[in-house]
Amino acid sequence: MFDDRSPIYRQIADRIKADVLSGALKADEQVMSTNQYAAYYRINPATAAKAFQQLVDEQVLYKKRGIGMFVSTRARDMLRAQGRETFFGEVVDPMVAEARAIGIPLAEVIRRIEQHENNGGV
Amino acid sequence: MRVEVQGLTVRYGDVTAIDDMSFTLSGNKIYGLLGRNGAGKTSLMSALAGYRKPSGTVQLDGVPVFENAAAMRRVCLVRHSADAADKGDKVSHVLEYGAAWRDTWDNDYALELTELFKIGLRTKVGELSLGQRSALGVVIGLASRSPLTMLDESHLGMDTPTRYAFYDTLLHDFMAHPRTIMISTHLIEELSSLLEEVVIVDAGRLVLQEEADVLRSRGTEVTGNASDVDEFTAGMTVLGEKSLGRTKAAMVYGALEDDQLIRARGLGLELGPIALQDLFVHLTDPVGGKR
Repeated sequence: MFDDRSPIYRQIADRIKADVLSGALKADEQVMSTNQYAAYYRINPATAAKAFQQLVDEQVLYKKRGIGMFVSTRARDMLRAQGRETFFGEVVDPMVAEARAIGIPLAEVIRRIEQHENNGGV
Repeated sequence: MRVEVQGLTVRYGDVTAIDDMSFTLSGNKIYGLLGRNGAGKTSLMSALAGYRKPSGTVQLDGVPVFENAAAMRRVCLVRHSADAADKGDKVSHVLEYGAAWRDTWDNDYALELTELFKIGLRTKVGELSLGQRSALGVVIGLASRSPLTMLDESHLGMDTPTRYAFYDTLLHDFMAHPRTIMISTHLIEELSSLLEEVVIVDAGRLVLQEEADVLRSRGTEVTGNASDVDEFTAGMTVLGEKSLGRTKAAMVYGALEDDQLIRARGLGLELGPIALQDLFVHLTDPVGGKR
């Protein structure tokens, strides 16, 4: 389930962030316990705890003593803002490079994007 | 249970199996003991279990384990395929034996596990398949609930579904009853996500002891134009290299600083992670090659 390459805790943290971004995890919703995560993903509980700690440090989650971990109220807005910062560098620029490599004129890419906008889409 | 090893040496005649090894396990974690065949894994585990008189010291929770009955009752070492059991003994007898030797034995759990692994209580040990004998070893290891539990190659002969059942059971029981568990295996890829720390031994010496996730973040594969890769990796610890035409990939060991990441991007080099298993291969003596 994991690629066993980059640290597993980082992969877990990224998944939880993705769930917050997609809305699968809502603000102030409780997330599963470290032991539940560990059993589900078949990983060491200390690794799961490390992922949660990273998310607490980044203010994506907050801790309620003796109860568990919850999604911060601002988590989704914060992650969306972070995503916007890196979007052009990580998504658009590589796409442009790929388009050039395979010979698609940028005008055509732009046309396609405009179609999406006209369809009232994403 | 805390484990402290200081200057441990184990010799068999002229052969030095463990050569002046020192390390400390803070305890209550799942440790992976990784090493090639003949690296000294079993010798090390035997010394930790108090099976042999150490040259150097082995202390469990601060007391020497050798010829210390109280300490040994809190240790369980299962060698692969439960080879210490008499072939003519019934499984039920082996479990009674396990119970007699260990204060922390949980018999209900032992019976639950024999059912899980489909081991008949009336079956004689000699009639079990290799995989079942290994599973019996896991039953003894886990049901002992020993503060120090060591499983040496416990996966031998198990088929894949049985191994996965073993991993899940191990994890559940560890979470319910945290204790120091040390596992040796050659199936690193399968087991690595369960490990909190790894201890790598090679030729009787300690190569490293590190958190598994930290170790994972230390290895980087640098791929690109051969001359650029050479320029970039100069002065770094390069564990291995391979080339395909003008492209070269080098495995470097050690965390990369921000300025190095920027330089790599400038040179158009691709940086990728290395699997724990590959790191292990390159950190120990390669087969038929130079380090």
